[in-house]
Amino acid sequence: MRGWRSLLPIIVFTALYAVVSLSVTNSYYQLVMTLVPVWAIFGLSWNLLSGYTGLISFGHAAFFGVGAYAVVLGQIHFDLSPWIMIPIAAILGGIAGLLIGFPTFRLQGHYFALAMLAYPLAILYVFEWLGLQEVTLPIKRDNPIAYMQFADHRLYTLLALALMLATILLTRAVERSRFGMALLAIKQNEAAAEAAGINTLAWKLRAVTLSGAIAGAVGGFYAVVLLVVTPQSVFGMLVSAQALTVAMFGGVGTVWGPVIGSVILIPLAETLNAEAGSRFPGIQGVIYGLAIICVILLAPEGLFWKIRDFMRKRSAAPVAASPGKSDITTAAAELVPLRPKRSAGTGDVVLEVRNLSRSFGGLKAIQNVSFKLRRNEILGIIGPNGAGKTTLFNLLNGFLRPGTGQILLDGREMSGRKPHELCEAGIGRTFQIMRPFLRMSISDNVVVGAYVRARTDAEARQLATDAIARVGLSDIADRIAGELTTKELRLMELARALAGQPRILLLDETLAGLGHDEANEVVAVIQRLARDGMTIAIIEHTMQAMVRLVDSFLVLDHGAVIVEGEPEAVTRDSRVIEAYLGKKWMAHAPH
Amino acid sequence: MTQALEGFLQALSAGLLIGAVYGLMCVGLGLIFGVMRVINFAQGDFMMLGMYTAFYFFTALGVQATFGNTFGPFVAIVLAGPVLAVFGYFVHLTLISRVSGTRTSSLEGEGHYAQLILTLGIALILQNGGLLVFGSVLASIRTPLSSSAWELGPLFNDISVFVNKARGIDAVVSLVTMLLLTLLITRSRVGKSLRAAADNPTAATYMGIDVDRAHRIAFALGTGITAIAGGLLATNYPFHPFVGVEYVIVMYAGVVLGGMGSIVGAFWGGMTIGLVQQMSTLILPTQLQNAAIFVVFLLIIFFRPQGFFGRMVERT
Repeated sequence: MRGWRSLLPIIVFTALYAVVSLSVTNSYYQLVMTLVPVWAIFGLSWNLLSGYTGLISFGHAAFFGVGAYAVVLGQIHFDLSPWIMIPIAAILGGIAGLLIGFPTFRLQGHYFALAMLAYPLAILYVFEWLGLQEVTLPIKRDNPIAYMQFADHRLYTLLALALMLATILLTRAVERSRFGMALLAIKQNEAAAEAAGINTLAWKLRAVTLSGAIAGAVGGFYAVVLLVVTPQSVFGMLVSAQALTVAMFGGVGTVWGPVIGSVILIPLAETLNAEAGSRFPGIQGVIYGLAIICVILLAPEGLFWKIRDFMRKRSAAPVAASPGKSDITTAAAELVPLRPKRSAGTGDVVLEVRNLSRSFGGLKAIQNVSFKLRRNEILGIIGPNGAGKTTLFNLLNGFLRPGTGQILLDGREMSGRKPHELCEAGIGRTFQIMRPFLRMSISDNVVVGAYVRARTDAEARQLATDAIARVGLSDIADRIAGELTTKELRLMELARALAGQPRILLLDETLAGLGHDEANEVVAVIQRLARDGMTIAIIEHTMQAMVRLVDSFLVLDHGAVIVEGEPEAVTRDSRVIEAYLGKKWMAHAPH
Repeated sequence: MTQALEGFLQALSAGLLIGAVYGLMCVGLGLIFGVMRVINFAQGDFMMLGMYTAFYFFTALGVQATFGNTFGPFVAIVLAGPVLAVFGYFVHLTLISRVSGTRTSSLEGEGHYAQLILTLGIALILQNGGLLVFGSVLASIRTPLSSSAWELGPLFNDISVFVNKARGIDAVVSLVTMLLLTLLITRSRVGKSLRAAADNPTAATYMGIDVDRAHRIAFALGTGITAIAGGLLATNYPFHPFVGVEYVIVMYAGVVLGGMGSIVGAFWGGMTIGLVQQMSTLILPTQLQNAAIFVVFLLIIFFRPQGFFGRMVERT
């Protein structure tokens, strides 16, 4: 029900647009009415890859151009109608996406953006060399409809609108599924996404394939509308720029962005061109450029987000006064001063690490580390700065490949596996530096972590709800992550790791940045998890909070284990004191 | 055989000379990109402005009358550099600084989206504004040297290589500019602040360096240098208001080739592009010259994404 009601604005918009377009008779403006949805679709295609994953593509013209040329050449050489060729163009665009994506996704950030720039331009010159400078669709007088050639140009607008509606629905379906969640997670932090069990390369490839397919189809349609295709008009840099301009102007990472951008910018540019283009050549480009600059300075993330944030502020102001009181405070009350009596340390070995080593150049970050983690145990990993604690976690969850040694999970060798595979196998982790998805609610944040276990979206929601309840954030589950305190964010990240139903939790400085009371609340939550049967390894810098929490300590210094054992024994160990305070303080230490 | 060798040497010399100017062009962008990490799409259009500025210095502002036809163009070209540097300074002050530098932390994707679209907007205004102001007629800054050559040789087997005089002087001007810039960056206080801001903006701020000011200086310098390179190119190639688009790709290819963040690297990157472009004429049809650039660009990006001189920095 909720889904259908939110479709209403889209349907109303499309219907209104159709009515307006039908009333336009001037053939030039009719063309403009058709181009608006065309560029909106192209923007949506760009948005699907770049808006959701954050990998900016300057090369979407590659897919657009492939589609456009496919349609024209298909009709010229094989007499295939655009009705057949546009779907084929979509397939070709998808294949192009896959072929380009596979090697290019190895690159990140600026390198990715610039590599994408090169593809359409290289293709452009090849097409010029092939002698395809200007190719025209043959006019079919016998059976125009079968070749998508309409006497009434308003039909093109309606067709374009139908395509746009289909693209919007497709994008929305993606946005709300695990697909969209995976892409958003990649955008926020690719490493964290991998650790949450998301196969990032696979999702990115799906995104670029789908994006390429949409771009190919709309490129093919564009060729039908304009009848003439030149390398510059479909592979040129301005074509790629058009996709990114409408999307960024309207708003990145939302269905509405490219539509808003296209509805405003395309008629503006075209009207200026028609009205003033002959007297002042280039005036439309100048005003277009000015409009873009003004909007980006006032709303750097696009119009949609500016408007939405503005509306939110107005409607949220009175509500924010009554934040739900979380049940953490009650949890804190049951904080047990001593370690609860559990059958810790005697269970089966879940994780066994044997002689693990890893070096970076000459630096031995981890040297010959071995330990066992038993079911239902809480292991505290401590050590001074640079001792290799986080590196150890990175080895355990697959961010780094071990140099030598073994990682056995239930006796199975797991070293060298990818992070998302290890997550699937049951290793969940949180990060020292928190990476929440700031615009999403707590429940949406946590759902991302649930997909690794859940087969359906409903199941994922259920797992997320359970995980949120376990950390005591149920009352504020709908709050946006950007509004949370550090403690709530830490708990949310914990819930995200829990949602994947791990068997072992690796917690990296979960208590960092928390005040004394807040730390106690989080400790209480961790204790409850342990009581319910979770196996936990936790990194901490300081020992105070840990002594009450853990069953045993593993002390690292310079990448090697210096002591291992019960908390009471470890805190009195002279080697530990030395590692923390240096030799000089040894004399002052209590013996 | 002799003919093939002669062709090869001719292409090699042409590649080296063009490469020197491409190198300077890339250094301008490399400076901006290396220090600020901003992808500036308007760089090609700044270059176009540099070409027109040199053109008007030469024809309208008396440089031709004072320095004559032969060397006047080079004086005008060098004069255009500071003018564009001032222009770049104000573009950064009024526009770029709002979406880059220390203000980016609050923006999504570290402000990359905003920077891209902003520089695209600037590029649009410059290209189309250029069309309004300068018209669409091809312009050029020609000197008599553009159509005469030095003959090197005969070297051996009666092979001699012809070096276009204007291109030869272009390459020399380019190398001298490059040398001065290198001195400025390695020796001066300003240069140190630029390098510090590039290396670690946060740490630089703590050390009392005004990072936004460093960015502004880098942007001004980069704009001025690219403008000089543009003027040098204009002694042999006619230009128009949309010429920037053709070169901005070459610039980025060069910068990435050399390794983002390395000034010397950017120069060699540009040099490589020049060589690839000229040498490819030996085996490829002329239309595929530019395709060859992109193929080399892609190959390098895949096999050595940090470029010749860059280093990979990974942060988790």
